[in-house]
Amino acid sequence: MGENAIEVRNLTKRFGDFTAVDHISFTVGKGEIFGFLGANGAGKSTAMKILCGLSLPTEGEGTVAGYDILKETESIKKSIGYMSQRFSLYDDLTVAENIRLYAGIYGVSDKEISPRTDKVLANLDFTAEKNTMVGSLPLGWKQKLAFSVAVFHHPKIVFLDEPTGGVDPVTRRQFWEMIYKTADKGITVFVTTHYMDEAEYCDRVSIMVDGRIEALGSPSALKSGFGANNMDDVFQKLARKAERG
Amino acid sequence: MGSRVTFVKKEFFHILRDKRTMLILIIMPIVEIILFGFAISVEIQGINIAVVTSDMGETVRKIEEKIDANPYFKIAGTFYSQDEALKMMRVGKIDMILRFPSGLDRKILSSNHERKSVLSASPVRIIVDASNPNTAVTEQMYLKNVLMSCFSGEGAVAAYGITSGISFETSAVTPEETVRGTSAVASSGTASGMIGGTPAGTSGVASIGHEGNVVPDIRLMYNPGMQSSYNFVPGIMGMIMIIICAMMTSVSIVREKENGTMEVLLVSPVKPLTVIISKMIPYFVISSINLAVILLLAKFVLAVPLSGSLFWTCAISMVYIILSLALGMLISTLVKTQAAAMLSSAMLLLLPVIMLSGMIFPIESEPHFFQWISMTVPARWYISAMRKLMVEGQQLSAVLPELGILSGMAVLLISVALFNLKSRLE
Amino acid sequence: MDSIIAENISKTYGTVKALKEVSLTVQKGELFGLIGADGAGKTTLFRILASLILPDAGKASVEGLDPVSDYRRLRCITGYMPGRFSLYGDLTVEENIRFYATVFGTTLEAGRVLIDDIYKQLEPFRNRAASRLSGGMKQKLALCCALIHSPSVLFLDEPTTGVDPVSRREFWLVLKHLRESGMTVMVSTPYMEEAGQCGRIAFIKEGSILYSETPGRIVESFGETLYAVSSDRMHTLLDDVRSFTGIKYCYSFGDSHHFVVDESFSGEKALAGYLAGIGYGNITVKKIQPTMEDCYMKLSLR
Repeated sequence: MGENAIEVRNLTKRFGDFTAVDHISFTVGKGEIFGFLGANGAGKSTAMKILCGLSLPTEGEGTVAGYDILKETESIKKSIGYMSQRFSLYDDLTVAENIRLYAGIYGVSDKEISPRTDKVLANLDFTAEKNTMVGSLPLGWKQKLAFSVAVFHHPKIVFLDEPTGGVDPVTRRQFWEMIYKTADKGITVFVTTHYMDEAEYCDRVSIMVDGRIEALGSPSALKSGFGANNMDDVFQKLARKAERG
Repeated sequence: MGSRVTFVKKEFFHILRDKRTMLILIIMPIVEIILFGFAISVEIQGINIAVVTSDMGETVRKIEEKIDANPYFKIAGTFYSQDEALKMMRVGKIDMILRFPSGLDRKILSSNHERKSVLSASPVRIIVDASNPNTAVTEQMYLKNVLMSCFSGEGAVAAYGITSGISFETSAVTPEETVRGTSAVASSGTASGMIGGTPAGTSGVASIGHEGNVVPDIRLMYNPGMQSSYNFVPGIMGMIMIIICAMMTSVSIVREKENGTMEVLLVSPVKPLTVIISKMIPYFVISSINLAVILLLAKFVLAVPLSGSLFWTCAISMVYIILSLALGMLISTLVKTQAAAMLSSAMLLLLPVIMLSGMIFPIESEPHFFQWISMTVPARWYISAMRKLMVEGQQLSAVLPELGILSGMAVLLISVALFNLKSRLE
Repeated sequence: MDSIIAENISKTYGTVKALKEVSLTVQKGELFGLIGADGAGKTTLFRILASLILPDAGKASVEGLDPVSDYRRLRCITGYMPGRFSLYGDLTVEENIRFYATVFGTTLEAGRVLIDDIYKQLEPFRNRAASRLSGGMKQKLALCCALIHSPSVLFLDEPTTGVDPVSRREFWLVLKHLRESGMTVMVSTPYMEEAGQCGRIAFIKEGSILYSETPGRIVESFGETLYAVSSDRMHTLLDDVRSFTGIKYCYSFGDSHHFVVDESFSGEKALAGYLAGIGYGNITVKKIQPTMEDCYMKLSLR
């Protein structure tokens, strides 16, 4: 599969006469934290669905974790982890039951589930909550747990769709420290966020406007390229041009 | 007033834009009417019957032939003793036993005066496997009917009784008089009463027809083919109306809770009652359309007589619709999610309507406990009223009790729902 | 003059104390922010003030009206935007606004003055179903619907969660306009730079209000020495800084990490030297002024 976790060329998705994703091309290196930014409605979710093997592009080609996004979507699903702000865990299952469920879905062997569960819970400082219903946990805890579950099976890439939306500043930082540790283990992190300070935590970011990638590079390169003080300024400069509602 | 109109308009938008649900609402009644009317047969076929007789005479042989030629029955064997036949029944090889008294030929030929006393000593007996009481009732009715048609064929015998104390007029058994079908099953006092008394599930044996002086309505039997199907029309009406009204209203109110729009509506000056009433109106309209469609189908496709007052048929239906809407409203005040609304509507409504309303299974053949519960099922009264009006062509006076009960239930449900209605979140 | 008054409001759900004797006052025409972790009690407070739920104890008044006894009149003069998407997805933009206008006893035309700025942005999508709007547009539409009856008090529960930075900035410009028009606005947000734009902020933690102050005062009263550090490798830097003597706590902050020290800290040069010694390059350590977010971190980590 070469050096890249994700490689896409001219990825396009049309719905009728509406082009949600318009010829985007980029690569994400192994172990990289890649920030996928853009205004609401810029086409991020559509692009992410294609990368996760949930939908086929109208045009373009690419590989995710070495598998073809057109033909090998099932293999892609096995080698990625996914976490979204909306759907994460089952509220009416306990912490341990949720972990076991997802571990089972991703084919983690029964022998390994138990020790790994203990380790994950210890890392999260959640050991006491092992048998707590997920529904009764605060949002920030749920999100951290959901992330641990998404990387439980040691995927090659983990996709995070606005994982910290609505989460308070303290928990957001704890969440990002988990992302760091995951990336340091060699897992590629592909993340969307609306917090521009979080964009700074990424190795590289892309900014999508109206279905196209208008900027791509490391936060410092983008800041100097746009003559901006912070990522928020960069984003404001680019996304203001957007015409979609 | 203006807010009401906008509200109702909005509800119609919701319904009209959800094409799939819309389609279900309109198509479901039609499909069900057609399905129940044509495709689903409640007739029981391939009934295995054992004949018990000590002397095989001319009459018995003729009857056997006649029974075997009937598509519903199959003669599984002829036995000399009842015990042998009962053994067969216990292992499930046969469903019914028909026992003739000895010397039947001679008795038939003897004079009218003698006959009565001889037969009361040893009557023709029908024994039915009543593990399933409903089939048992139907089976014994079929057989009685076949037997009667046998004797009506014997032109020489003007009047004849199979069992003691029962007299029939063979000339009265004509297809036109089988109209009363399912509802008439209920009035067959001897049969259902006795079968209901045997424990269901065991291979209960009920002997029919040698009871004292009960006179069953012999015209109810043997409803050949489709003529019985339109007895389902009132049942389907009872089911469709309550499901569309209660389930859809409750789901649509609870959907607003789930979406968070209810929160905004609650903080607005609009009274919760306005919200609820506006939700009911569209479903009232849709149900009225369904009512019209069902009535048209019933009249022109299924040939239901609709001989009662059309006005009162519609009026009672509307009371029933309002009752169902109130029920939906009540459900919506008790649950938080659409799934819960859907489930509780289904649990609360579908099963009782199917099991306890007399829609399919005659209430009188159910255990007393369930008969008692069925009193609280609105569909029972509605279906009963519709049968009287649409099928039997009775007058308003015959359905006044049903109308009264339904109206009372509607008032009660509306009051409880209004009492439960809150102007806050909790 | 006070627009919103809460006195010792308590609310318990089962065994969870959502609010513990919360008191606050918001002046007329104030833009008042509520910050705090998820589950701290912000939404409960909003709902009590908006008359959606009843407090177990305590008294509240909004524009002189009691949310418990006078809720009918109160509901005519307040606007409320719940945290979740509160529009009808299957109705168009215009149908949504017109519907809410009728609900609040007015018309789109009559309410137009106040919402004109936002409505202009929405107008191109007038006939689009609300569910097909982007997050930012949905939020603007929801705001339009909450403002259509020109309320005197506006409650906004995390209106910008999940909204992109551009739309967020526009949204806050609208809020400032509203404040200038004399409307009292009470808003909660997880974004500290947004909180910094409020006239006053209440920090709510585990059902209690820890303080309620102007952003300037909050920042002034930080009372700690704050540093920023950055290097060529940021991930591992967090833990390495934390292990250095005299560091109370350290957290990431955009392109640098911020840390607070105690008396045993031996100075920024010593830290830079230590970091260089364990292999970091491009090290900068400097003393900085705290921001709202630093204050939030300090209160939360306390």
